[in-house]
Amino acid sequence: MFDYLPYIREWNFPHIWCSGCGDGIVLKALIRATDGLGIHRDEAVMVSGIGCSSRTPGYVDVNTLHTTHGRALAFATGVKHASPNLNVIVVTGDGDATAIGGNHYIHAARRNIDITVLLYNNYIYGMTGGQVSPTTRKGDRASTAPFGSIEPPFNISGLAKAAGASFVARGDVYNVKKLEKLIKLAIQKKGFSLLEILSPCPTAWGRRNKMGHPVQLMEWLRDSTVSMEKWEKMTDEEREGKIRTGVLHDVARPEFTDEYAKLVKRLKAEK
Amino acid sequence: MAEGAPASKKPAIIRVKLEWCKGCEICVTFCPKNVLEMEGGKVKVARVEDCTKCMLCELRCPDFAITVE
Ligand SMILES: Cc1ncc(C[n+]2csc(CCOP(=O)(O)OP(=O)(O)O)c2C)c(N)n1
Ligand code: SF4
Ligand code: SF4
Ligand code: SF4
Repeated sequence: MFDYLPYIREWNFPHIWCSGCGDGIVLKALIRATDGLGIHRDEAVMVSGIGCSSRTPGYVDVNTLHTTHGRALAFATGVKHASPNLNVIVVTGDGDATAIGGNHYIHAARRNIDITVLLYNNYIYGMTGGQVSPTTRKGDRASTAPFGSIEPPFNISGLAKAAGASFVARGDVYNVKKLEKLIKLAIQKKGFSLLEILSPCPTAWGRRNKMGHPVQLMEWLRDSTVSMEKWEKMTDEEREGKIRTGVLHDVARPEFTDEYAKLVKRLKAEK
Repeated sequence: MAEGAPASKKPAIIRVKLEWCKGCEICVTFCPKNVLEMEGGKVKVARVEDCTKCMLCELRCPDFAITVE
């Protein structure tokens, strides 16, 4: 048994998420990961925007900032810049991070600032009733796409990598032990770390897409996720409809707050 | 996957916080030993003696509602 009580704001429970929503599963994995890394609550700051996923900081007893829609990364950049020794973790949704917050997303990745981003991808705007988001898959139904979305979705992991993130990974709420491991890696990595977490929403996405029961969504994750090792050995035909999980990209690049500290040192020496 | 490995031999103690359980059935469906059942929209521990303490129910419960010791 893992004792979550020391880490949660128990008075806020039961939490607000719907029955079978993956967000609670992610929260537990996150708590186990930070506990496993020995991060003290005073050394951690959790920052979120607005959305169901962004409610997460309200349940965790660390330093938390629940900010405005799309702006979690802007606030987190300020926190990290002011106190580079803190572990800054951003919790955000696909809408929060890649629609209204898309600009902050690409530029935080470009700067390679040492922030860990847990991006809960549920393919829609959950909190507001299931509107199309930038990750809604072509053909999926949403409240604003009753006949199926006609738009191609963003590949949010690919976007982070292209913009300059030094670590990019993908996990899901069915494979929970793996998710915990990926969260640890993302936190440990110096630089901008993006972990996309498939945390499907039964209420606003599943119901419209023939997976209204949480168990169906978990079965879908079980059957469609494949490890990187397996993916490498698959043919294009076999990859159809499958989603790879694991570490997608991991490189060393100069980190923003380090570069800033170097600049300050250089200018002081020149005085 | 290493998930699902049995732990110690002491009999399991499974606790459910019924006020927090939202009856999603995730723990019931994915328990490899069929220990759990649904009753009145909440989880019920039906066959505790079959539990191998693999912890999967506890790990996957979104509501912090079930623990295994
Ligand atoms: C400036 C602003 N615009 C719009 C909204 C309405 N709004 C609240 S949550 C949300 C979308 C949330 O979607 P996502 O970030 O994917 O999170 P989820 O709820 O799916 O976890 C929107 C559009 C808002 N709160 N503020
Ligand atoms: S609406 Fe969807 S994302 Fe929001 S709490 Fe419910 S299941 Fe989770
Ligand atoms: S720990 Fe949970 S999932 Fe595993 S056998 Fe026991 S009841 Fe089933
Ligand atoms: S997984 Fe948790 S919330 Fe869902 S039925 Fe089991 S105990 Fe209840």
